Amino acid sequence: MKYIDEFRDGALARKLAADIAREVQPERHYGLMEFCGGHTHAVYRYGVQNLLPANVNLIHGPGCPVCVLPIGRLDYAVQLARTPGVILCTYGDMLRVPGSGGMSLLKAKAGGADIRMIYSSADALKIAQNYPDREVVFFAIGFETTTPPTAVAILQAEALGLKNFSVISNHVLTPAAISAIMSSGEARVDGVIGPAHVSTVIGSQPYEPFATQYHLPVVIAGFEPLDVMQAILMLVRQLNTGRAEVENEFTRAVSREGNLKAQRLVAEVFEVREEFEWRGLGVVPHSGLAIRSRFAAFDAEKRFRLTYRQVADNPACECSAIIRGVKKPLDCKLFGGVCTPENPIGSCMVSSEGACAAYYSYGRYKEDVV
Amino acid sequence: MCLAIPALVAEVLEHDMAVVDVGGVRKTISLALVDGVAVGDYVIVHVGYALNRLDPEEAAKTLALFAEISAALDASSQ
Ligand code: SF4
Repeated sequence: MKYIDEFRDGALARKLAADIAREVQPERHYGLMEFCGGHTHAVYRYGVQNLLPANVNLIHGPGCPVCVLPIGRLDYAVQLARTPGVILCTYGDMLRVPGSGGMSLLKAKAGGADIRMIYSSADALKIAQNYPDREVVFFAIGFETTTPPTAVAILQAEALGLKNFSVISNHVLTPAAISAIMSSGEARVDGVIGPAHVSTVIGSQPYEPFATQYHLPVVIAGFEPLDVMQAILMLVRQLNTGRAEVENEFTRAVSREGNLKAQRLVAEVFEVREEFEWRGLGVVPHSGLAIRSRFAAFDAEKRFRLTYRQVADNPACECSAIIRGVKKPLDCKLFGGVCTPENPIGSCMVSSEGACAAYYSYGRYKEDVV
Repeated sequence: MCLAIPALVAEVLEHDMAVVDVGGVRKTISLALVDGVAVGDYVIVHVGYALNRLDPEEAAKTLALFAEISAALDASSQ
């Protein structure tokens, strides 16, 4: 397929690997965080880590929306789904995430709750139109890529005069999460592989403060293996020469400004919350988006008067530490035995972008490089 | 969930919608987030919405860069 196959060329990947191997300084350690779950997935799928010298270490970041959603928010979804008259719509990955007491949306559905797995926010709108006497709630999650579609759905619901559609916004912000990782200083991050699709929306500009404030090199990369390898090479070069800049490998889709139309729609519908709780990162200031009061009628948190309750994670699950970049899936005793994608104990084993699930799916084939 | 891929715009429909082709599979998506998309463009599709257009010239530049790396390595290994 065009724009896919040519960025997956195995021979070229090995040549890029040879280039990286030649340029890394043996006495140096390179801790590179791939922030986005899409990159984590690509890294495992194509065995990128195995192409790299031992002192180039990829650290998986918090960029998987399913993984970072705290249990308290998931409990909202379960609570609402069990409310009589409600149809709860959400993206498929959410269904298997374990909430309080091992309850998941999938189990609630088996217990009779009306939960619909949707592909797009537009599907939720359609369901609301088809069931005018039911309350249709869209449990929206995701980073800056999924937020614009949610904004469009709310604006369309308003235009259509829908009275039975509302949204729980769990939308979160990438730069705030990078800030949280950097200011905690827990993970040793020397450079960041910047997200692909998030950056198509927000542009490369929001990363510039990281280069100046933390002297942190950032290279935005596409999702294909050659993109990731090239970004690693660019980061190695920055680190070797002491530079800290925002560079863009994914110029075919990312500009400095990003998608201004999408940004405008998001700003119209959403405002930044004072704080938002993340799994792993805890409460992070200015890291989440709430629906503006002008659209309060579409805000399920207000409509159903939900009150947030913090819930502790399963103590045996290492998701929190993995999300913070301080542990890897194999550091968890439950990995692969008790916890599998069929029976996930923690959120990192659910979505294909979660580090545990990606490692489980591709880890055993890691010798087959690209 | 965040895995989005480049899709070829095969048909532009009314109400900001379009039909895209991904390796022979056709799908109706929304163009509400991008202006001026035409048939033949490649867009990045995510949860049913085009997030952005792909710039063919920039894609060619990145590929040319890879080709250079490849040529340089071939030369140095001889
Ligand atoms: S393997 Fe399962 S239990 Fe262990 S950290 Fe990953 S998701 Fe949590």
